[in-house]
Amino acid sequence: MSATLTHPTETVPAPEQPSDNYITRGKGVMSWLLTKDHKRIALLYLMSITAMSLLGGFFAALIRLELITPGGDLLSAESYNKAFTMHGVIMVFFILIPATPAVLGNFLIPIMVGARDLAFPRINLLSWYLYIAGAALALFSMISGGVDTGWTFYTPYSSTYSNSAVMTTALGAFIAGFATILTGLNFIVTVHKMRAPGMTWFRLPLFVWAHYATSLVQILGTPVIAMTLVLVALERALGFSFFNPNNGGDPILFQHLFWFYSHPAVYIMILPAMGVISELVTCFSRKKVFGYSFIAMSSVAIAVFGFVVWGHHLFVSGQSIYAGMVFSILSFMVAIPSAIKVFNWAATMYKGSISYDTPMLYAFGFFGLFLVGGLTGLICASMAIDIHIHDTYFIVAHFHYIMVGGGIMGYMGGLHYWWPKMTGRRYPELAGRLSAVFVFLGFNLTFFPQFLLGYMGMPRRYHAYPEEFQILNVMSSSGAAVLAMGYILPMIYFTWSLFKGKKAPANPYGAKGLEWEIPSPPPTENFTTTPIVTEEAYAYASEDEETHEVKHV
Amino acid sequence: MAKDLQLFPDSAAAGAAGVDANYFFIVAVSVFFAAGISLAILYFALRYKRKSEEMPKPIHGSLILELGWTVIPFLIAMVMFAGGAVVFFRSYNPPPSAMEIFIVGKQWMWKTQHPNGVREINELHVPVNRAIKLTMTTEDVIHSYYIPAFRVKKDVVPGQYSTMWFEPTKVGKYHLFCAEYCGTQHSGMIGSVYVMEEADYEAWLSGSVRGETMQQAGERLFNRLGCATCHKADNTGRGPTLVDVFGQPVKLQSGMSVLADEGYLRESILRPSAKTVAGYTVEMPTFQGQISEEGLLQVIGYIKSLSKAAQPAATPAAKPIETPKPAPTAKKGGN
Repeated sequence: MSATLTHPTETVPAPEQPSDNYITRGKGVMSWLLTKDHKRIALLYLMSITAMSLLGGFFAALIRLELITPGGDLLSAESYNKAFTMHGVIMVFFILIPATPAVLGNFLIPIMVGARDLAFPRINLLSWYLYIAGAALALFSMISGGVDTGWTFYTPYSSTYSNSAVMTTALGAFIAGFATILTGLNFIVTVHKMRAPGMTWFRLPLFVWAHYATSLVQILGTPVIAMTLVLVALERALGFSFFNPNNGGDPILFQHLFWFYSHPAVYIMILPAMGVISELVTCFSRKKVFGYSFIAMSSVAIAVFGFVVWGHHLFVSGQSIYAGMVFSILSFMVAIPSAIKVFNWAATMYKGSISYDTPMLYAFGFFGLFLVGGLTGLICASMAIDIHIHDTYFIVAHFHYIMVGGGIMGYMGGLHYWWPKMTGRRYPELAGRLSAVFVFLGFNLTFFPQFLLGYMGMPRRYHAYPEEFQILNVMSSSGAAVLAMGYILPMIYFTWSLFKGKKAPANPYGAKGLEWEIPSPPPTENFTTTPIVTEEAYAYASEDEETHEVKHV
Repeated sequence: MAKDLQLFPDSAAAGAAGVDANYFFIVAVSVFFAAGISLAILYFALRYKRKSEEMPKPIHGSLILELGWTVIPFLIAMVMFAGGAVVFFRSYNPPPSAMEIFIVGKQWMWKTQHPNGVREINELHVPVNRAIKLTMTTEDVIHSYYIPAFRVKKDVVPGQYSTMWFEPTKVGKYHLFCAEYCGTQHSGMIGSVYVMEEADYEAWLSGSVRGETMQQAGERLFNRLGCATCHKADNTGRGPTLVDVFGQPVKLQSGMSVLADEGYLRESILRPSAKTVAGYTVEMPTFQGQISEEGLLQVIGYIKSLSKAAQPAATPAAKPIETPKPAPTAKKGGN
């Protein structure tokens, strides 16, 4: 990781390349493990999240291999149940929720608002250690026998019946939850208090708005799942009966508490990705974003509405029919702010100057997958239809389209986009474009057949299934192989680029935003002098046609 | 059903068409919008491909457009909501004439009890074109009774009775799945639903081994557990009489009133102190752990039979009595 420059780079003038940067300042392992630099913490997160994703992907591979045949032949039923549980726990709590905020948000939010670091650098480091502690507990529970409750931990199975490592896994998720809460808190305070002079709320990049909305959900929702997991632990360990009907408890209460957090958690996964997409679309269209305030406010609307739709997970649980009606209508309404975003992104491209760099291809992929995921959400919100498709592969397909198709497409697009900024190196463009195409095709081949399976009635979490479902399952499994290639490829060329990649200039795309005005990689203090912001976000062309000039590239 | 590629489920119950209609409506609208947006994005991407380094003119936005693409999708979404809600509402309450069958789930099987005493495991035999109401509970964790061909599903929750109903319209054999993850052999908790012509159903009923009816079994339990000592028919016992109680409101000590349905009776047997009847003190012991879920259903069945108001619904298909059809929905003939 030596990025010290010994000779001037090609096109970019020298003043942007100082003698050291955040990567070179401070050597040795301890300088990383005790760092308070948000950029270094972002890289720590990047490494740990990538490691966890290999593990989550391994379990996904086991699931897809088992489901190639109708019989349960590769794994025992017990191992299969543990595989999908660990897949869900790892992917949700240790990848989807933290990925974009903890890596990209951590790295970029201080820079984007013109600050030297987050408001609480030590708490930021603590977040990472909590994440690692939570992950370590989850791994420990895996080694000590695994857990078989599903990532949803439904009672009374989890509280009374399961003989697996429920406690340690729940504790892992509980601790990792605090990492999320602290990160959210840090972002909120930073955005409120540390904006540079001239950086008004409505000049903030939409990436920051999206993270601000996400942080609200994180600090309001995550404590609820933490309490819920504590209740399950009390019931398991000490025999309390919150959820045990034999002693007057209510198993459905758990579902209300769980989804009160876990549905908003979906917005924790997708909102930051939407923030990334706003940056990508404007940069690669070289256009001011269309309807800035509508995109910003739709993020907040999604965060708020997201808290009042949890009951759509309980349409068949015996919840009152009128409660069901309210949750159904609210679930339809939460689709509207998402639709507003998509329309505005499309309108941003109108009369733009569009290039097809890798991040933009990921953004295109995001559009395709998020459209399918969002529109199938309407199908799930309809009470009559949800009765049929609840707990089937239709739901599995739907939430993968949103959480992975939307969330991870955005994360990958953002990682490519800011990679030169973060590392000072370029990745190979052709390989990048290939990976975007692989992911898009592989993803659709994996998950589209699952919509059909679900509507035909194949329940989720089935180790073995009736024969007539086989062909679609084989399609899905082969798609997963393509998808895996799409994800492994970037791991290879990103690593390669650290050593052999072309050195990146400060602003390789001609993008707007404070992060592009500082060197790549940035110096430890981000800005040598506090920046003063004088223009709107995404001011690609000045208002007056005549005066604009082309910088860089 | 061999291994051919099947892409759409059988449709074998009266409510299925409404669910499918909603589904196709939303799919059609979605495809229309998805295609529109995708084509727009594709067109913009090709039409405005970067050709020079010149910066395009900025466009700030348009209030009219924003309002348009907020209000129009909102209205469409409300139509979708209404469609789903109407079909759901219609499917929520069973018609009073529905034939009752009782289901107890446990890890990992479905136990079926017909009122006339016939029992099945992981199977359910029903006559075609009759409304069937399932009253369900579970001995352990949450399960979910799912018949894809009927488009019906309901979670079966410990400690309470869940009900669902359907009216099969097509003779055949259909999948029965447990849809709520329930432990190791979750995917083995499956079975079949057989929809039969009325005559075949009669033949099946008479051919199967039949013990005492649920009502008889319930009466036997009622006496064996000593219920009859206190709950006397003439209301002279220490507990309230149970004659003509089912389906009626009961005044409680607290001043409130509660409908004496299956759930109330169940709770009163297992936790007598939960809701005390006005004018009585709680001397009854709890029967938690002393009676199985199936036994409970039998005792409740017996209590139900003591109530004149609840009689018609409790009568099973011993002789096909004329049942009024619940809704004037179009029915495909059997076969």
